[in-house]
Amino acid sequence: MILNGNNIREAFPILERSVYGKRFVYFDNAATSQKPREVLELHDTIYRNSNANIHRAVHRLSAEATDLYEQGRAAVKRFINAGEDGCVILTSGATASFNLLAHSFTARFVGKGDRILVSEAEHHSNLVPWQLACDRVGAELGFIPVDDRGEIILDEYERMLDGRVKLVSVAQVSNVLGIVNPIREMVSMAHAKGIPVAVDGAQGVVHSESDVAALGCDFYIFSGHKIYAPAGTGVLYGKKALLEKMPPFFGGGDMVGTVSFEGTTYAPLPLKFEAGTPNYPAAACYAPALKMAEAMRSDADVFHEERRIVMFLVEQLQKINGLRIAGLPRDMGNKVPVISFSVEGAHPEDMALILDKMGIAVRSGLMCAEPLVRKFSDKGLLRISLLPYNTMEEAEFFMECLKKTLAMLKAI
Amino acid sequence: MNTRKPEEIAEEVVAEFSVFDEWLDKYEYLIELGSSLPIIDEKDKTDDKLISGCQSRVWLACEYRDGRIWFTADSDAIITKGIISLLIRVYNGQKPEDIASSDFGFIEKIGLRENLSPTRANGLVSMIGQIKAYAKKYEC
Repeated sequence: MILNGNNIREAFPILERSVYGKRFVYFDNAATSQKPREVLELHDTIYRNSNANIHRAVHRLSAEATDLYEQGRAAVKRFINAGEDGCVILTSGATASFNLLAHSFTARFVGKGDRILVSEAEHHSNLVPWQLACDRVGAELGFIPVDDRGEIILDEYERMLDGRVKLVSVAQVSNVLGIVNPIREMVSMAHAKGIPVAVDGAQGVVHSESDVAALGCDFYIFSGHKIYAPAGTGVLYGKKALLEKMPPFFGGGDMVGTVSFEGTTYAPLPLKFEAGTPNYPAAACYAPALKMAEAMRSDADVFHEERRIVMFLVEQLQKINGLRIAGLPRDMGNKVPVISFSVEGAHPEDMALILDKMGIAVRSGLMCAEPLVRKFSDKGLLRISLLPYNTMEEAEFFMECLKKTLAMLKAI
Repeated sequence: MNTRKPEEIAEEVVAEFSVFDEWLDKYEYLIELGSSLPIIDEKDKTDDKLISGCQSRVWLACEYRDGRIWFTADSDAIITKGIISLLIRVYNGQKPEDIASSDFGFIEKIGLRENLSPTRANGLVSMIGQIKAYAKKYEC
């Protein structure tokens, strides 16, 4: 399939709809992606044709459903290049993955007085689970600072990597700033001191490299629904050597070896961490979803068009008086199409509300990253986030509508 | 004091909004209304006057004089300011019992509730709740 702006769009039926009788422009992709036809069809087919609980029964449909679920896992392994030393645990989302990791990792490896490092630019999902876990074991959280541009201050980071640090957990791309962080470098710095690294790939998996072997990280977490799979899908990739030492998080069905009233032994990886019936029809959809993602990211035209749109938006936005973009890296090659900004004299909520009535879906507010957003604006920010099915024409239309919006709000 | 009952003023508001068939025009109008809001005194912009459930910050205060309630408010978002000024226009200078017994049905009639984002709609419900709570406090 040769991809271009038009036939990518054709693969996503929802993009044809209108809102308030106007063309629909979806610029809230960092919250969730739309789904291609193949994903919708597989999800539907499973419920129509192969629905049975997985990993349990001996009957035919259970075997079919189990195969489909495991094919979903296999697709994830290929997509992130997980080697023999790694393991893909399927969860309900990145938030669930972080809660699992925070709970089980700290239970085994973190004690009183130890530290875990996150950056100042984390989504609440890579912050609150660590606060909870640290409280439980008496450890403390350290915050790797970002500068005014939104870039991680690497010198500070390196200084913070002392003997007390048991784990670094950092976003590959912040959901607010849209800057690709130097993960490879950060991993080597931490590994030089024997400290493992977890990476929040929720945005990075869509907009940056997802090759865990190349990144070198010990854990990699993302949500399937942000990369074309249905809601209720998430991944925790981890190095087996670490995962094997960690206790389970949830107990229940499917995660056990033998159970007696005196005690229980656990199933081998990954099932040890997959208690209960997972959302197997959704997880099976990783196969078509990641095939779509792969097709898009291996297409040079798609890549160049996206770069052109990012540069257009950043340049046009900066021409607006009083507009300030949160997240402007020194090297604009590291800026992905996740662009947050504030405008003097205009509340982001007002902007989002008016843009909605013009048919454009954007995000406003604190974006689940309150400490970071407050650093840039106490009223919150407006965020636009694009995927390859968005077009330059939509970007131009957005700029037109934004100017009209600001005129209505008397901000320009 | 207000010589007209809330229902009468509400009807007038509904009639005004009925001339707009585009939502953007309704927003323009709300933005305009925001400038007529009786602004809360800076010293009253305290946390206990903040209405929860809004994405933007909204303060609402009231004063009870001669058997009637007088509101002042402010918000850092301009459309929210318009919405609160709409509510105040209907309920300012009314008797507590008239406010407490009002069904706030005009909000539905101008299509405000279902056309707001979920976060904003929650905020609207909270604003109405706060106006009613003040009224109940002074009801005899």
